[in-house]
Amino acid sequence: MIDARAVDKRYGDRRVLRRVDIDLPDGGFLLVTGRNGSGKTTLLRVLAGLTSCDAGTVELPPRETIGYLGHEPLVYRELTPLENLSLFARLYRISERGERVGMLLERFGLWDVRHERVSTFSRGMQQRLGLARVLLHDPKLLLLDEPYNALDTDGAALLDATLAEPRTFVVATHAPERLEPRATQRLALA
Amino acid sequence: MTYVRDVGALARKDLLLELRAKETLPSMLLFVLSALTIFHFALPKGTSHQAALGLLWAALVFTALLGLTRAFVAEREQHLFDALILAPCDRSAIWLGKTLAVLTFLVAAELVALPAFAAFFSGLDARTVGAVALADLGIAAVGTLFGAMAVAGRARELLLPLLFLPAAIPIVVGGVGGYLWFLVLYDAIFVLLAWATFEYVVAEQ
Repeated sequence: MIDARAVDKRYGDRRVLRRVDIDLPDGGFLLVTGRNGSGKTTLLRVLAGLTSCDAGTVELPPRETIGYLGHEPLVYRELTPLENLSLFARLYRISERGERVGMLLERFGLWDVRHERVSTFSRGMQQRLGLARVLLHDPKLLLLDEPYNALDTDGAALLDATLAEPRTFVVATHAPERLEPRATQRLALA
Repeated sequence: MTYVRDVGALARKDLLLELRAKETLPSMLLFVLSALTIFHFALPKGTSHQAALGLLWAALVFTALLGLTRAFVAEREQHLFDALILAPCDRSAIWLGKTLAVLTFLVAAELVALPAFAAFFSGLDARTVGAVALADLGIAAVGTLFGAMAVAGRARELLLPLLFLPAAIPIVVGGVGGYLWFLVLYDAIFVLLAWATFEYVVAEQ
């Protein structure tokens, strides 16, 4: 699923990623750990194709099979959950958009607030919407950056259920205890 | 057909955002009306139509700049370029959708600005209205491209005027002179250029 060799990334004089190697098969779960500023987010952005690396090679699946959730939920705050998911469903060419969007709104507990603006939501609700957005196109590879951030107990349980699905995962976190049992590979960034 | 639908969905999203936030268009209207009012009182009586026309174009270019600075606010503040870039739609559809939204705001501002200019100064002829309409297309196309470039930069508030204003000089030359063929040529070149290069502009935000 992912084959990355000797990946380097610099921001100015600062070397953020130093010869990182990843060989993650289909269905694998890579847990990326490290302190703040160790390059976890940069690595996920490289794997999402959002940032290029300075050296090394990265082989990724097609763009439409990747789901990426960064620190932000990546949704428009002045739109409603229904409008947000409908927009992205359109851009991802999802057939039967209404059903898929409705199902995800139900699953993440957002159906009752589907006509309310995201700007009125708590950070945890926004994160739930971000998770719903990232699952819209049923991606084979999910790249998640600190996904438990701001989630309450129910939200965390929904994320646990998502992480148990048959997909390939790369999850970055600075608190790996919860995810440790699921990991098939580990990468500690210094 | 899918491309057209993507563009439509993206443009509709921007219009909806403005309808909810009501930030860009009211600012543009207030700015252009204030500028024309100031010019009206600043110009001595008996000033030529050509001089007044020059001020109209200056007001329109700076009004457009005001709108363009707001064009990518949601994408910048909420990091939404990431989500848009990851979607499998053609990236030029993002540019075209945004350009159409910017064009709508420009036209809406001018629906108020042009009658105000006609009332304050020496009327308005069809050639000027045609020139403004043609200029809008070029302004929206180039301005949206530069707006996306500025989002990626550090000094984004400085970068957009620095990129946009020099590119707007030919528009003012063509507009004040009433050279419609020149504006058509400008539009054709820059719409094509912006459409073709947008993908590289957003390649790494």
